[in-house]
Amino acid sequence: MALLIVLIVALVVLVGTGIGLVASRRHRTAVLEPPPTAPRVPPEVIEEVRAEREAAEEAELTEVPAVEELEREEVEAVIAEAEAAVAEAAPVEEIVKPRFRDRLTKARTALAGAFGAIGGRKIDDETWDDLEEALIRADVGVAATQELLDHLRGRVKAEGISDGEALLDALKSELKQRLAGYDRDLHLSLEAGPTVWLFVGVNGVGKTTTIGKLGARESRDGLKVVMAAGDTFRAAAAEQLGMWAERAGAELVRGSEGGDPSAVIFDAVEAASARGADLVLADTAGRLHTKVNLMDELRKVRRVADKGAGTVTEVLLVLDATTGQNGLVQAQQFTEAVELTGVVLTKLDGSAKGGIVVAIHAQLGIPVKLVGLGEGADDLVPFDPDEFVEALFA
Amino acid sequence: MFEALSDRFEGVLGRLRGKGRLTEADVDEALREIRLALLEADVNFGVVKGFVARVRERCLGEELSKALNPGQQVVKIVNEELTATLGGETIRITYSAKPPTVVLMAGLQGSGKTTNSAKLARWFKSQGRHPLLVGADLQRPAAVEQLRTLGRQIEVPVFSEATDPVQVAANGIAEARKSGRDVVIVDTAGRLAIDAELMDEVRRISEAVDPDYTFLVIDAMTGQDAVSTAEAFHQTLALDGVILTKLDGDARGGAALSVKEVVGRPIAFASTGEKLRDFDLFHPDRLAGRILGMGDVLTLIEKAEEVFEKEEAEEAAARLMEGRFTFDDFLDQMQQLKKMGPLSGILGMMPGVPKEVRNAEIDDREIARIEAMIRSMTPAERVDPDLIDQSRRVRIARGSGTEPTQVGELVKQFKEVSKMMKRMGGMGSKRLAKSRRKAAKAKGKGKGPGGRTAGGRVAPKGKAPLRLPDLGAGGLGAPGGVPKLGKGGLPDLRDLGLGDDLPGR
Ligand SMILES: Nc1nc2c(ncn2[C@@H]2O[C@H](COP(=O)(O)OP(=O)(O)OP(=O)(O)O)[C@@H](O)[C@H]2O)c(=O)[nH]1
Ligand SMILES: Nc1nc2c(ncn2[C@@H]2O[C@H](COP(=O)(O)OP(=O)(O)O)[C@@H](O)[C@H]2O)c(=O)[nH]1
Ligand SMILES: [Mg+2]
Ligand SMILES: [Mg+2]
Repeated sequence: MALLIVLIVALVVLVGTGIGLVASRRHRTAVLEPPPTAPRVPPEVIEEVRAEREAAEEAELTEVPAVEELEREEVEAVIAEAEAAVAEAAPVEEIVKPRFRDRLTKARTALAGAFGAIGGRKIDDETWDDLEEALIRADVGVAATQELLDHLRGRVKAEGISDGEALLDALKSELKQRLAGYDRDLHLSLEAGPTVWLFVGVNGVGKTTTIGKLGARESRDGLKVVMAAGDTFRAAAAEQLGMWAERAGAELVRGSEGGDPSAVIFDAVEAASARGADLVLADTAGRLHTKVNLMDELRKVRRVADKGAGTVTEVLLVLDATTGQNGLVQAQQFTEAVELTGVVLTKLDGSAKGGIVVAIHAQLGIPVKLVGLGEGADDLVPFDPDEFVEALFA
Repeated sequence: MFEALSDRFEGVLGRLRGKGRLTEADVDEALREIRLALLEADVNFGVVKGFVARVRERCLGEELSKALNPGQQVVKIVNEELTATLGGETIRITYSAKPPTVVLMAGLQGSGKTTNSAKLARWFKSQGRHPLLVGADLQRPAAVEQLRTLGRQIEVPVFSEATDPVQVAANGIAEARKSGRDVVIVDTAGRLAIDAELMDEVRRISEAVDPDYTFLVIDAMTGQDAVSTAEAFHQTLALDGVILTKLDGDARGGAALSVKEVVGRPIAFASTGEKLRDFDLFHPDRLAGRILGMGDVLTLIEKAEEVFEKEEAEEAAARLMEGRFTFDDFLDQMQQLKKMGPLSGILGMMPGVPKEVRNAEIDDREIARIEAMIRSMTPAERVDPDLIDQSRRVRIARGSGTEPTQVGELVKQFKEVSKMMKRMGGMGSKRLAKSRRKAAKAKGKGKGPGGRTAGGRVAPKGKAPLRLPDLGAGGLGAPGGVPKLGKGGLPDLRDLGLGDDLPGR
């Protein structure tokens, strides 16, 4: 083990310095002779500093989650109760469902027929190949596809399924089963102070637009909404969010371009609290999950958003439906960093089907909560697993 | 997460290697794995089919007779075919005899059109041209403002007006003529390939400006749908090339292959970051290796760039190769390395790492233990580990809460690695020097404005970008289908006899 670690360090140093190594060789020999002697800081000092830092870190670590855990449980219990009551009173989804279908059908007719063939056929090798093709073309992924089809083979044997129609139905039910039983609601905090929903994701997926749409919806539902321009990096990101805030009748809190995003979001939460707002929608700059510094920055944003008057109840990964297998890696890395509560699947109005969310549910247990179906303010609907599965094969 | 192709091949190739020639069944078995790897890399289903058929034909054709190591040959053919498909004809930008030369940017929402319009403008500037950016995205909130901000960063003028996209584009050309700009780059709104209305709009923009070059901007993370997008845009606009963006992530980038197959036009540029200088001509061979999942040196190096102090790392590397690496150097570098994320992740990105090693669980406590041991050494001991005798071992062990044998082990292994690195240093430096000079020349100069300006996003002071070692041509010639660096690069870890040192294996 020690050898391995020593080796990795040595190799990365070599690879990392790569080309630069020789280019500045002359200067280096001049600087480096004679060989280095002592370390710059005595070991006791280093040890002391380290102990201090570790103590500080530990304090921070143990402090935060303990409180959070309690709060969340309480909040969730109360919300669950309230929801049970609401659920009895009125089915809310009715208005939305047809839209999902309408919008999708519009997209699907463009490429319909690709899958009509299976229908009345007997099940043979070709049928299985067609199913595999359909799943992979929907970005479900090789591993998830194989797993699904293996299950399906078992069912065919056990249930004596013999024609294509029934097989397709069985596959759909397998998929629906894997998407069933998740809490897809967006939760409000019952604490004093505003609720914070944080939006994260890679570049260009639709974070800002989703906030715009959601802000419009929540304002319409009577909440007082503040939008926090936490993307301080991208050119004109705050202006973009500002235009959405205007449309939605929400308030915008922004910082300086290039400023610290956690500070902006903290300020927004404080401002929201001072003005008695209910909900803070916090935008963040797009970042690839592979960038260590940027993921650290995001961790800090997440921590700070919870520190002041507000409570973070949702951390939503915005995912573009055109994304392929990388979507699963994104979800994994983002949830490791900031503990996602859900996914927003955008751009499902296109011809891409977003099949990667099947694996995100199955492997990571993170549900899709919202779906983006266009660039307009009303183009955001709750995720409906059944519609989604039907659309995978449309 | 994704099983690299090289892992899969260990099984298949192991069996093939012993044989004198490839049977049809052998080839098919190997190709099944290739097929899965390509699909996992997001290459379109239909494209994979065609590609695998082509490789199969080649495998069973002429090459076979000369095959000495058949398994190796399959991988080589795959890699060659992949590189050829991705590469082929390269784009050469020529300038219109009747200026301005017009470039039209099109693509899906969020793919990177605006950013890459600016990157392209910066590139044209570096070629001695005088570009004008035209903001014809009147749809997305603040899109023009975004372009204006980027334009300011690279000191390129931006034209736009609140009319309609077709008219803005047309007036942009007139504006360029009037103000003597010789290149015009037209940024358009993102649109879905199935949105008939908007596709018609972009067609009208194209008719109005009659572009010399039309680029499809496409995200490297795109999945299966890349094909329909590329088809639709190609049909509407007759593309001249593709700009592949967000290559700085860890997506395998199979979409590039799909798009290339469909459009048949070159992938002209690669966008590898949010900063405006992260933009370069496209290298098909690098992407080929990446699609096949053969280690990701690029990402590794990018990560290293983010966290390592260049000067210090260089000095450490030099000492390493000269056999003068000390425990202090080690400690320093390990601190930097830790910022790159878990060591096991880093290991996964290194090519030539055998599966057992790559999958080894690296225990963070072990790292902490090593650190503690080194911190318990005196300055003199850190520079000269030979000083460490039994009584010193006991003292160090006591200071770090370890056992004297563990200290002894660490010292021994540290010395072994140092020796090994010194050997490598001796043998590789010449060739490395050559490839570096070449790379440096090809890369050209030019630092520019733009890029993340704060919020911890800019590289700390004193950090210049590190450069990439030449990965050597073909790459896949090594046994087991693992690409090797040039002699001066990474050693093949297989030769190091690591087997005994692996936990639980
Ligand atoms: N990491 C990374 N980010 C990129 C790259 N290219 C563009 N981006 C980012 O991707 C996001 C979208 O880029 P834009 O240039 O606005 O994309 P667009 O196609 O103009 O988007 P719309 O105009 O909204 O359709 C921004 O956050 C960019 O900073 C790249 O190569 N790597
Ligand atoms: N067609 C479509 N476009 C969308 C959707 N959501 C966002 N977009 C577009 O995608 C692009 C990037 O969105 P933006 O919100 O700026 O992404 P961000 O970088 O993640 O904040 C913009 O052009 C949006 O208009 C959607 O659901 N459907
Ligand atoms: Mg944004
Ligand atoms: Mg744009």
